[in-house]
Amino acid sequence: MNETKTIKINGCEYLIENERNVLEIARKAGIDIPTFCYHSELSVYGACRMCLVEIEGRGIVTSCSTPPEKGMVVWTNTREVRNIRKLNLELLLANHERECTTCLKNGTCSLQKLSRTMGIDKIRYKSKVRKEMHDTSSTALIRDPNKCVLCGDCVRACDEIQGIGAIDFAWRGANAKVVPVFNRGLGEIECVDCGQCARVCPTGAIVPKPEIDAVWAMIDDPSVTVVAQVAPAIRVALGEYFSLSAGTITTGKLIAALRNIGFDNVYDTAFTADVTVIEEGSELLKRLSEKKHLPLITSCCPSWVKFAEQYFPELLENLSTCRSPQQMFGSLAHKIMPDKIGKSNDKFKVVSVMPCTAKKAEAARHEFTTENGRDVDAVITTQELGKMIESAGIRFTDLKDEDFDMPFGIASGAGIIFGMSGGVTEAVVRFAAEKIAGSIDTCEVVKNRVTEGITELTVNIGDTSFKSAVVYGLKNARAICKDIVNGSSPYQVIEVMACPGGCINGAGQPVITDFKSVTKRAEGLREIDNKSKISTTLSNSSVAKIYKEYLGNSGSDEAHKLLHTHYRSRKRVRDDAFHLLGSSAPKLSVSICVGTNCCLGGAHELMRDLVAYVNSHALQDIVEVKAAFCFEKCSGKAPMVMINNDIVAGCTFDNIQKRINDIL
Amino acid sequence: MRDNIENMASENDADSKKVATPVRQYDVVVKILENYQYNHEKLIPILHAVQEEYRYLPEAVMMYVANALGISPARVYGVATFYAHFALQPKGKYVVRVCDGTACHVKGSMNMFETIKKVLSLSDKKTTTDDLLFTVETVSCLGACGLAPVMMVNGDVYGQLTENKVKDIIENIRKHEAGVKK
Ligand code: SF4
Ligand code: SF4
Ligand code: FES
Ligand code: FES
Repeated sequence: MNETKTIKINGCEYLIENERNVLEIARKAGIDIPTFCYHSELSVYGACRMCLVEIEGRGIVTSCSTPPEKGMVVWTNTREVRNIRKLNLELLLANHERECTTCLKNGTCSLQKLSRTMGIDKIRYKSKVRKEMHDTSSTALIRDPNKCVLCGDCVRACDEIQGIGAIDFAWRGANAKVVPVFNRGLGEIECVDCGQCARVCPTGAIVPKPEIDAVWAMIDDPSVTVVAQVAPAIRVALGEYFSLSAGTITTGKLIAALRNIGFDNVYDTAFTADVTVIEEGSELLKRLSEKKHLPLITSCCPSWVKFAEQYFPELLENLSTCRSPQQMFGSLAHKIMPDKIGKSNDKFKVVSVMPCTAKKAEAARHEFTTENGRDVDAVITTQELGKMIESAGIRFTDLKDEDFDMPFGIASGAGIIFGMSGGVTEAVVRFAAEKIAGSIDTCEVVKNRVTEGITELTVNIGDTSFKSAVVYGLKNARAICKDIVNGSSPYQVIEVMACPGGCINGAGQPVITDFKSVTKRAEGLREIDNKSKISTTLSNSSVAKIYKEYLGNSGSDEAHKLLHTHYRSRKRVRDDAFHLLGSSAPKLSVSICVGTNCCLGGAHELMRDLVAYVNSHALQDIVEVKAAFCFEKCSGKAPMVMINNDIVAGCTFDNIQKRINDIL
Repeated sequence: MRDNIENMASENDADSKKVATPVRQYDVVVKILENYQYNHEKLIPILHAVQEEYRYLPEAVMMYVANALGISPARVYGVATFYAHFALQPKGKYVVRVCDGTACHVKGSMNMFETIKKVLSLSDKKTTTDDLLFTVETVSCLGACGLAPVMMVNGDVYGQLTENKVKDIIENIRKHEAGVKK
């Protein structure tokens, strides 16, 4: 029964295993076929026609969308195939602003690479002239519509990974574009800054917003002390920028490079990940014993936080109040360091190196700005750091290993694994296990969660047991959240990361073509954890020292002020209210929220009753009725109604009628 | 001709009374959504019905429809921009359609078009006057080639146009509107 199925590519036989398409088999066999719109984690679109191959008996087909069949005879490099691919590429190039030297994607652009490998030396088609404004409204990303080739990769990433659909095709024919809703800026809509669109965009049409110049300016100012904090995920990915294989651990070189660039001190964000473990672990134990605000949902991914604020305001109390490790570092460093080195706060700057674009947006949130300015002054991505290293003329691979500076230099293995999906959960479970049972033997269950979007776990520690879900991709998170809202969710702890596989696959990391690189990076982090002498947060004495010297206990006022935050519900898209009824100078103004939440809570019915009442009692001169889009207060009971300036949660018709009668 | 305008305008007034109450519009939107059972696959007919009501697709309404159907607003916008039939800008109370069919074109209808735009300070980009009184468009053949050049104002056809005649028509509508206001 177990008959083996084979396929012939360029004259050699290959086994068909569970590959979904001819392309995957060829790549596994080491034969490269150019692709443009194919991403192994996204649905197959088959639009660019770059991956053409000839299959005997079928002619020329796209290999990314052709499932392998027994006995197929495939040729990947015939003259005809090459010519058609080249023609397709020329057509794409004709509609692309070819200003490569000044492009942020210079060096990592697929169009550039394909043009080189296919030997494009002229473009025979007339280029479309257009000059559109760059969209710089987002704090995380820049869009340059002139570079867009309409492959739709970003549209699929946003829809399929994050379930948001913040950007989509609009207009058509020669005018077709990929744009945010109403052609507004990315920063003005429901985009959560995750950058997955930028990660898959083959060109420079969506890119992380660079902060390199600002960082150089800080470094070049001799009166300023500039420190760097480095996220766990960087040390297993930066090497790729310098042609090392994915997952290579380069912690020591990374530190050396940062010092070479001119950072005065180099610290480890995994240190504040340890602090997060203590704060969040304590929060969890407290909530479990009080049976309050469960499930506890993690809060270290800023894309997830914004997502929750936009779509699940009713769950904001479930989010851990902990700041992310990046922001804990920022507030702690600004609190402790200036005094220590005898500088004023404005001469002390914190730069983070993050795998992530959303961290740029997080650092800019007003919650993380004090009278001293931002807690984190600038955020650069792994790729931006790679560029800085290059432009400083540093030969990365020749560097000698160095160590992080104290006091934020020693992290436990638990802090390190924050960089991958499942890591936060595992770290918190270790903490709980050590706290309750005095050992971490129970923690085996939690390992290796990077390849599944949703993983369920049951944790038993002594008498305490809880169910937990590890989730990545906000589309998956949405499904889990819906269950919580319906009351059908079995979990007590939920970890959410927006990026597939966690931070190691953030949009600021070196470009990957294969999800395998992500598992390699995860293995790298695991290796650091395994080799680490300190595996749990509680055994990290440098963390204990910071608590002792500056914070007191977890739960102290100081800890609360520096390490915790709060959330607020947010509108998806900025918009005005619908004016429905009434004079311009009403005595009573009633705005009924018709946001998603409130509609479900009966906003429509209320509106109908009210309008009918106002009309039948001829109150149009006195009462004004508006339909508003969300007051950003949905955490209360729906429907939300604003009567003059008071917000009334769970408002009924009687409530409003009473206010009207009061006035009459 | 006066008559003609009055008819047209009064029809329009009645129409605008009906159209102008936002409550009714809002209610209509909700009813449309209910008729289609909040089925996102019916987005196109829903938008079509919404446009019948508003004469264009206001952003707030597109947002509302997206929310109600549980799809992304960007998708709704994508569909709304894909079909030329959907208008994203409000149209004027009087929609002037100048015929650009072959017969009219040959008889110089584009000069008429230019004249109207000039009189109303409109351009190719800006097709509706700020007071929302006029929208000027071209159409292909109105089927009145015998009267070329031809234009239509809200369903009324005017033929054998000259530049002066066109100016008069616009002027009369303006006067009429000014009268109505007083
Ligand atoms: S950053 Fe994320 S949420 Fe924003 S458009 Fe891109 S994929 Fe969508
Ligand atoms: S922005 Fe990039 S990913 Fe999106 S359609 Fe354009 S080229 Fe493709
Ligand atoms: S990669 Fe196959 S069609 Fe684009
Ligand atoms: S949906 Fe936000 S306040 Fe109603």
